[in-house]
Amino acid sequence: MQARGRYLLAGLAACLLAGLYLRPGRRRAAAASPPEPEPEPRRGSALAAGPAEAGGGRRARGGAGPAGGRCRMETCFDFSRCRRHGFRVYVYPARGRLSEPQRRVLRSLRGSRFYTPEPGRACLLVLPLERGPRSPDAPARPPHWNGGRNHLLFSLHRDGPLGFEPGQALLAQAGPGAPGFRPRFDVSLPLFPRRLPQRGGARAGPFPAPRRYLLVFEGQRSPSGLGAQTRAALHNGRDLLLLTACRPGPGARCDRPAAAADDARYDSQELMQNSSFCLVPWGRRLGFFRFLEALQAACIPVLLSNGWELPFSEVIDWNKAAIIGDERLLLQIPSITRSIDHDRVLALRQQTQFLWETYFSSVEKIVLTTLEIIQDRIQAHISRNHVMWNAQPGGLYVLPQFSTSLADFPFYYCALGRSPAKEFTAVIQAASPLLSQSQPIVRLILAVAKSKYCTQIVVLWSCEKPPPPRSWWPSVPVPFSVVEGEHKTMSSRFFPYDLIRTDAVLSLDEDTVLSTNEVDFAFTVWCSFPERIVGYPARSHYWDSSKGWWAYTSKWTNEYSMVLTGAAFYHRYYHYLYTFYLPGSLHSMVDQMANCEDILMNFLVSAVTKLPPIKVTQKKQYKETMMQQGSKTSRWADPEHFAQRQACMNSFASWFGFMPLVHSQMRLDPVLFKDQVSILRKKYRDIERL
Amino acid sequence: MCASAKYNTRGPALIPRMKTKHRIYYITLFSIVLLGLIATGMFQFWPHSIESSSDWTVEKRSVHDVPVVKLPAESPIPERGDLSCRMHTCFDVYRCGFNPKNKIKVYIYSLKKYVDEYGMLVSNTISREYNELLTAISDSDFYTDDVNRACLFVPSIDVLNQNTLRVKETAQALAQLSRWDRGTNHLLFNMLPGGPPDYNTALDVPRDRALLAGGGFSTWTYRQGYDVSIPVYSPLSVEVELPERRPGPRRYFILSSQMALHPEYRSDLEALQAENGESVLVLDKCTNLSEGVPSVRKRCHKNQVFDYPQVLQEATFCIVLRGARLGQAVLSDVLQAGCVPVVIADSYILPFSEVLDWKRASVVIPEEKMPEMYSILQSIPQRQIEEMQRQKWSSVSNPLFLPLIPPQSQGFTAIVLTYDRVESLFRVITEVSKVPSLSKLLVVWNNQNKNPPEDSLWPKIRVPLKVVKTTENKLSNRFFPYDEIETEAVLAIDDDIIMLTSDELQFGYEVWREFPDRLVGYPGRLHLWDHEMNKWKYESEWTNEVSMVLTGAAFYHKYFNYLYTYKMPGDIKNWVDAHMNCEDIAMNFLVANVTGKAVIKVTPRKKFKCPECTAIDGLSLDQTHMVERSECINKFASVFGTMPLKVVEHRADPVLYKDDFPEKLKSFPNIGSL
Repeated sequence: MQARGRYLLAGLAACLLAGLYLRPGRRRAAAASPPEPEPEPRRGSALAAGPAEAGGGRRARGGAGPAGGRCRMETCFDFSRCRRHGFRVYVYPARGRLSEPQRRVLRSLRGSRFYTPEPGRACLLVLPLERGPRSPDAPARPPHWNGGRNHLLFSLHRDGPLGFEPGQALLAQAGPGAPGFRPRFDVSLPLFPRRLPQRGGARAGPFPAPRRYLLVFEGQRSPSGLGAQTRAALHNGRDLLLLTACRPGPGARCDRPAAAADDARYDSQELMQNSSFCLVPWGRRLGFFRFLEALQAACIPVLLSNGWELPFSEVIDWNKAAIIGDERLLLQIPSITRSIDHDRVLALRQQTQFLWETYFSSVEKIVLTTLEIIQDRIQAHISRNHVMWNAQPGGLYVLPQFSTSLADFPFYYCALGRSPAKEFTAVIQAASPLLSQSQPIVRLILAVAKSKYCTQIVVLWSCEKPPPPRSWWPSVPVPFSVVEGEHKTMSSRFFPYDLIRTDAVLSLDEDTVLSTNEVDFAFTVWCSFPERIVGYPARSHYWDSSKGWWAYTSKWTNEYSMVLTGAAFYHRYYHYLYTFYLPGSLHSMVDQMANCEDILMNFLVSAVTKLPPIKVTQKKQYKETMMQQGSKTSRWADPEHFAQRQACMNSFASWFGFMPLVHSQMRLDPVLFKDQVSILRKKYRDIERL
Repeated sequence: MCASAKYNTRGPALIPRMKTKHRIYYITLFSIVLLGLIATGMFQFWPHSIESSSDWTVEKRSVHDVPVVKLPAESPIPERGDLSCRMHTCFDVYRCGFNPKNKIKVYIYSLKKYVDEYGMLVSNTISREYNELLTAISDSDFYTDDVNRACLFVPSIDVLNQNTLRVKETAQALAQLSRWDRGTNHLLFNMLPGGPPDYNTALDVPRDRALLAGGGFSTWTYRQGYDVSIPVYSPLSVEVELPERRPGPRRYFILSSQMALHPEYRSDLEALQAENGESVLVLDKCTNLSEGVPSVRKRCHKNQVFDYPQVLQEATFCIVLRGARLGQAVLSDVLQAGCVPVVIADSYILPFSEVLDWKRASVVIPEEKMPEMYSILQSIPQRQIEEMQRQKWSSVSNPLFLPLIPPQSQGFTAIVLTYDRVESLFRVITEVSKVPSLSKLLVVWNNQNKNPPEDSLWPKIRVPLKVVKTTENKLSNRFFPYDEIETEAVLAIDDDIIMLTSDELQFGYEVWREFPDRLVGYPGRLHLWDHEMNKWKYESEWTNEVSMVLTGAAFYHKYFNYLYTYKMPGDIKNWVDAHMNCEDIAMNFLVANVTGKAVIKVTPRKKFKCPECTAIDGLSLDQTHMVERSECINKFASVFGTMPLKVVEHRADPVLYKDDFPEKLKSFPNIGSL
């Protein structure tokens, strides 16, 4: 077995199941009975269970029970508390002084969609850890303590040692040591630096390029751990740099590198950004910080592990992003790192960026990841699998309550070797009363129904007047339904209706003008980019430095960052995400203004994919036609409408904590678009005709 | 990919070689145990090459004349298993570092017969199963007969089934092994741990620091990153052949086939059956079987008799409930039958859970949610059930997966492959040098008979220009990962592509930034299935579809240079160099195969060499050339074993291309239409 094999775990997994369970039976050799070393007293297998085993015990839990202070979810957690109201989290009011990290964690908890102000409805109760010395029988017995059941404590480094027995409470702790750590019960946190943003967080670093150095390490000159001799033996000044950060002095602390003369030309951050591998003495205070810094800098951490739990190791596969080593093999590190293939280095580095950005780049992400890990345990049958946690876009954006099957999400087509099914559901938002058969919506329905990929048309009736009878609607060859929402709000247009069964959704406004050709072409493009919004009307944003805010523009420009959902394809999962991931505050903002739902959808999809939407070509009368036909009732004509959209942009950006929109400079056209060949040779002719 | 295939034909064995059906099971088992160890940490650090060695010889030993070892009653007993053991505390890595090639080597102790003071056997020497496991190891590349070179030690003392063990005496036998040393680096295999009445979930034999590959670990006894959880062997899985069933609906929705269930569980299940009728089937052992019918092969429900394990194939979900032990052999039967296991055993560590994602092959339900099982299973989407039934987890490994738009500032490196068309080359250089994002120009001089022109004759351009002289006139030279390439983006361009405008090239670079893992190029081509000839055909006509872009003018990530040069499958690279053709098609295959994505054709440009040229350029007109190109596609498709190219109907144009909008306000006004 070449070690390469371990990169092919997936293949091996299949192999296990095939090889382990299927093949032996298939290859059964005739009656070649093996020579038994000794006549077996038992008939058949040596593994036949003894008779005593029959009727085995129920709830016969091995090992120590909860009495020993050791806990597992099934022994120390009351699942029934979560049944009625779902996964809700309550946070006790803090009475004493809180450390800064503790305060920031609590802020994220209160802001999360799991938060409930009522302890009676909570599945999980978070007890703030106050600063300062604690009595051994603390935590002062909060009202619902019950031995710590269903309680979660965030024990952060600035809070000092816990000082009391957590009992049956879950402990989320930065780098808990192996002995005290209760596997699949406690959660291992990263130690986050002070400057970590509350939410949002920096995008991943620049596209990983090959680096100048192979391996760097910058440490304090300490008698333990990486000794000066070892460092000297490894350091070659060329591509292996093992540096000492500061000169030891009597009582001097080494917060800032005072740089020894020889090492003066190296800056710690710059070193990491220019190296492929970073040595991290995991398990020491310095290492905890270095670890995240290395991840952020796309420098593959080489962990000199002492066996402590890596952050979120319950769900994150660190073997894909780090080299987990052994301090005892320090001198082999150069040859080991050199032996790692170029493509594996690239893969490891990309994974560092993915993990950093997805789980560690803000306090909120760290807190949410902790909660989602616990939620996955509580609903083990509705939980994320390994791929969902460890591949783009990561566990926080993949809600298993939508589906536990990878095939139901827009992100894994490539990984599964599939392509989207060639079918879509058209969802038309109808807000104005229908007076005549010549209204655009009728033509729209007819044009869309003619697409060979259209399998269903749904009209979302959000007009106050009742919808016209079925006979009024044009007759179409596909299933047609009118849904009258309970709440006729803007957000309800993105509600995940059970009716929508296809992966692809074509979202339309009632006054959109599209030809069948255009619909077909946009759909084939979407099939190549199923995780993005693919559509026609494009808009852009820019930073208005004079006003200090994000500006929205609908002018024709050389680039765009949004494609409006008045005529766009996207995956139906985004309906679910829009409805259940986004907070009520943004929903109600959209509903009150009856505006901006399309901008919010673009924010959401770009935040998930980190990519711009895709604009496809369209007949240019789209805009004019729309203006004329719908202008009397159209919300587009209203100047206030535009001001609202501007305000929306800024509210959304502040909720996300960053500006997720990304610009694109290209438009996708049919291959022969406006080429000088006979129109008869072109597949999408209507798009060019005016 | 199956590791097992490799070991099938290896030479002599420690224990007389047996061609049995069980061998592959054990070979795979052992490989995955090692893999589990690797994944857990220590060996992850390990640099690879476990090469085959042919220098070992093992004498065949007869099992009948093994030496007898007498264990005095007071002989030492190891400490109980140390629950705090981890690789860094209890494992001696130095033992694994002695041999020069960094191979992981496994030593098997020679077979001995252990007797107590009274001459009574301590255990039944070795079971068939353990025998085969040892054979599998000794047949593998991991085996060494040199105890000094070994990294792992496997005793020839069978502890697979604790039921048959004399616990204390077995421990004494372990303790007197020559390299025992508190069990450091010793690997024990156990499938049935514990014994009545409390059934511990790990082997009760005191074993100190020894690693344990055990069936039925719980979270209480499993030392994460140290032990490996293995499946409990089922003799039936090996003996019975079941036909493969395609994924799809089955007659029963839920089936329970275990016999010795706790009465409480059984009544839970029967309640489930009463509630849901026909779709749930709860089987039990048969009480009124006629003589001679093996009871393990039959299950009964009321008076109905079913064949086991065949009946498992009739169900979508099969229940695997804990018994006295957590690990249940029925799990193997269920998986073999293509039934989706519903594992109900709190705290059970599923086999190989370090490397297998059980959530994709099974449903784990907490014991307390057993009454809700039916609705839980009903809520599982059909697609996922089929995925689970297939038990096949494919994945594309593409290290360039990050959805990240590289910064514009880095620019790109243009690589011009040339032979001797100096005049045309200079024109290309001059044109390309006008592109704002060009950061370096690399000329690959492929003519060994002629030196490149003197420095003074080259066009003066604003970016560094380097000439690389090759030692052989090979097409693959254009894709070599030269050290001179410092940017992520590479523009490959032929020395006669003079028509591309600066706007077109700059726009191409901007598009590449949005799709850094794809080939982004100008001349588009298509592959088609020729129904008459029954093979692939190359198409260069103007079509509505594109599946390739030629690397005569294309942007791509330099990573693909590395892949082309070092990881091109089969003999494609040599074939291309020998035929002096199709390097561009090979690159298209390579990229599509790695990423699973289509190319991006940019701009409408169809003519590249001169305004008067036909749209299909020079060489391409030649009919034999077309035939050769088609042959390339067929050849590559057979080497790749699949047709990785993806067909699309779109091309990328600037947002305002052909829009009625002032040209001077457009970012890329100069986009040629031909």
